[in-house]
Amino acid sequence: MDKWDTSLTSASGVSRRRFLKSAAAVGALAVSSSGSIFPAVAQSATAKKGGHFKIGVADGSTTDSLDPATWSSSFTETFGHSLHGYLTELDPDGNLVGELAEAWEPSKDAKTWTFKLRKGVEFHNGKTLSAEDVIASINHHRGEQSKSGAKTIVDPIEDIRSDGPQTVTVVLKQGNADFPYLLEDYHLAIMPSKDGSADTSGVGVGGYVLDATDFGVKASSKRFANYWKPNAAWFDSFEILAIHDVAARTTALSTGQIHAMDKCELKTLHLLERNKNLKISSLTGTQHYQFPMLVDAAPFDNVDVRLALKHAVNRQQLLDTVLYGYGQLGNDHPISPSNRFFAKDLPQREFDPDKAKFHLKKAGVSDLKVSLSAADSVFTGAVDAALVYQQDAAKAGITIDVIREPSDGYWDNVWMKKPWCTTYWAGRPTADWMFSQVYAADAVWNETHWKNPRFNELLVAARGELDDVKRREMYAEMQLLCRDDGGTVIPLFANYVSALSAKVGHNKIASNWEWDGYRCAERWWFTDV
Amino acid sequence: MTAISKVIGQRVALGALTLWIVSLIIFAGIQFLPGDAATEILGQSATPETVAAFRKSLGLDLPFYIRYVDWLWGVLHGNFGNALASGRDISEAIRPRLVNTLILAASAAAISVPLALCGGVVAALYRNTFIDRAINVITLTWISFPEFFVAYILILILAVHAGVLPSLSDVDPNTSIMGRVETIALPALTLSFVVIAHMMRMTRTSIVTLLGNQYIETARLKGLPEWRILVSHALPNALAPIANVVVLNLAYLITGVVVVEVVFVYPGLGQLIVDSVQKRDIPVVQACSLIFAATYVMLNLTADVLSIVVNPRLMHPK
Repeated sequence: MDKWDTSLTSASGVSRRRFLKSAAAVGALAVSSSGSIFPAVAQSATAKKGGHFKIGVADGSTTDSLDPATWSSSFTETFGHSLHGYLTELDPDGNLVGELAEAWEPSKDAKTWTFKLRKGVEFHNGKTLSAEDVIASINHHRGEQSKSGAKTIVDPIEDIRSDGPQTVTVVLKQGNADFPYLLEDYHLAIMPSKDGSADTSGVGVGGYVLDATDFGVKASSKRFANYWKPNAAWFDSFEILAIHDVAARTTALSTGQIHAMDKCELKTLHLLERNKNLKISSLTGTQHYQFPMLVDAAPFDNVDVRLALKHAVNRQQLLDTVLYGYGQLGNDHPISPSNRFFAKDLPQREFDPDKAKFHLKKAGVSDLKVSLSAADSVFTGAVDAALVYQQDAAKAGITIDVIREPSDGYWDNVWMKKPWCTTYWAGRPTADWMFSQVYAADAVWNETHWKNPRFNELLVAARGELDDVKRREMYAEMQLLCRDDGGTVIPLFANYVSALSAKVGHNKIASNWEWDGYRCAERWWFTDV
Repeated sequence: MTAISKVIGQRVALGALTLWIVSLIIFAGIQFLPGDAATEILGQSATPETVAAFRKSLGLDLPFYIRYVDWLWGVLHGNFGNALASGRDISEAIRPRLVNTLILAASAAAISVPLALCGGVVAALYRNTFIDRAINVITLTWISFPEFFVAYILILILAVHAGVLPSLSDVDPNTSIMGRVETIALPALTLSFVVIAHMMRMTRTSIVTLLGNQYIETARLKGLPEWRILVSHALPNALAPIANVVVLNLAYLITGVVVVEVVFVYPGLGQLIVDSVQKRDIPVVQACSLIFAATYVMLNLTADVLSIVVNPRLMHPK
């Protein structure tokens, strides 16, 4: 048995029968996660140019802007990807490929990274891409005064410099084998440099040129004639509408006013599936729902109390009621089944009131009463999920007092302040990124205050490790530590569920972000033009 | 005329006072909400450093009374300031939204006011008959449903099944006049249905209560037909209460239509103020609230002036 398998049996006392049962469940999970429910097959041969592509997204606000540092909605991120290019790109299979960077090379300690830029890439204003543009774009997010959402990504950068017009060298404070993955983050759009700083007016190297914006309402762009990428950006023009009301989005799609929508209403999705002019896409990405406990606050400072609570939730029931089946079971760690370092052999944790009682007894707590704070703004059905949890936990003799918190100011007043609450994470494309931002001892968003020495040691070691086999082992052990010692209950991974008009063509849809990795304008086309 | 100018003068002064109090209440109210623009805009992705940097760059680290005095000073000089989140000039951000809101309100009023007045007169003319009851039942049914329900029913019939009108009111400054008429037809119809009943009932009731008066009896004895009695003798005397109700409904059409805006995704002022309250963008909320308050003040003033103008006893006091 592997190292982590033995520690598993000793830490949580899994019987052989139970172990097999959960292993079977993981097997079933792996099968169901491998395919989406898409009827579509690869159609790239038939891709055609033309048409005005119009989509409706569920967010977008008048407070949005063209500055990538401020992006935090699907509206800006999807529109931003039509205007801008990035150094690297995740392909639909989850492999990292170069976009504006043609090739890259790490030093042995993974501390110094050298990027070779693609030649002959032109900005919408006619400027040719060079190293100074890349440096200005990255520096845009760095520094004391930065209010950028990507500040935590660029903070580990010690120095960034150019070696000639086509080469950028980045020196990190610590080795990071995943660094090129981070450059795919939607904030790190490459903008032209203007007097040494990045020009945030919307000029990019992307497939479409900025046409008009009215933030909170809509934005549009037109195909860029000199786009460097072949076989991409098929539409003549692209338009994105902010449609917050799910009924309005659905009606607009079924009456043909838009060609695609995100965040379908799961409750009525079976009705939408009957419409022959539409197709539904349901993909497991990295988005997960969770219940983090502050592990330095009683009673959550006892690992057996945490394990009792982890066994006291009926994940399948939550999946069926909150997500109507459009998701995957979570295993109390944040690494998604679609991640290349997902620990496939780790048994799925299941609802087991007896096991919960066993851990309570071990903790010496006979009558556990805890409060769980929830608000529906965190994710749709968060309060219902907490109530389902309350019912399940009662079967294990645990009393959960569900506190309905105001949606307004939830992230400011409840999250990381109340000892147990509900959160969600859109997730991150790499294991290191996810762990470093939310689970590392010194992470600003360490929402459980969990500080496991072994975990943090592995985190640093895995980050600098260039050998994938060794990294896989390390990440598997970290997922186990998270699952059995960590402070968060992660019952569900939620699918990205969107609907498209049948006349929209596409290849396999990427699941790293919504909207085909936010690249729908570049990757999709109309079949009827 | 002196009576009118006196009323207008008084009302304008009182209106200015009202606006000042409104601005004070809104400013204080937003202070009581949890969080500020920095925490709301950054949301879950906030870190203590980015929040501090945000606050500093927006001047949110200053005490609130200093920010209020700053803002008031700017407004007195005709400068509403910049939106906190985007840094855009507020009057520029608000103008297209205000235009959209006014166009929608005007269209809804153009449909609903004539219908309501005619309906009221007809109902009064045929009072206590089948026609009167039918008009009452229809309009009261519309007003009894929540407006989003009326909206969804109209969308289902006219957009989904008949396919004649769009369910999205997708307008921008480049939309042609005919395009606008088509795109706002559904929201305008929805709003009309919601406000007709109130005005229609008031018209009917005001006319019917006047019918017992002696001058109506005189007109009848002269042998005038009933419709002429209603239109040229009763209606002018009933105008004051009707004007009041019409004006209140117009104010509602401008300030209270956020639900309809959301259902039809119409970019009006209501959406803007909801967005801005969520993000604690105080200057934008203040500017929108002042517009709404000013709308009420001005429309009420109009109603008062109208009721004086149509009443000779008030026009020529002894």
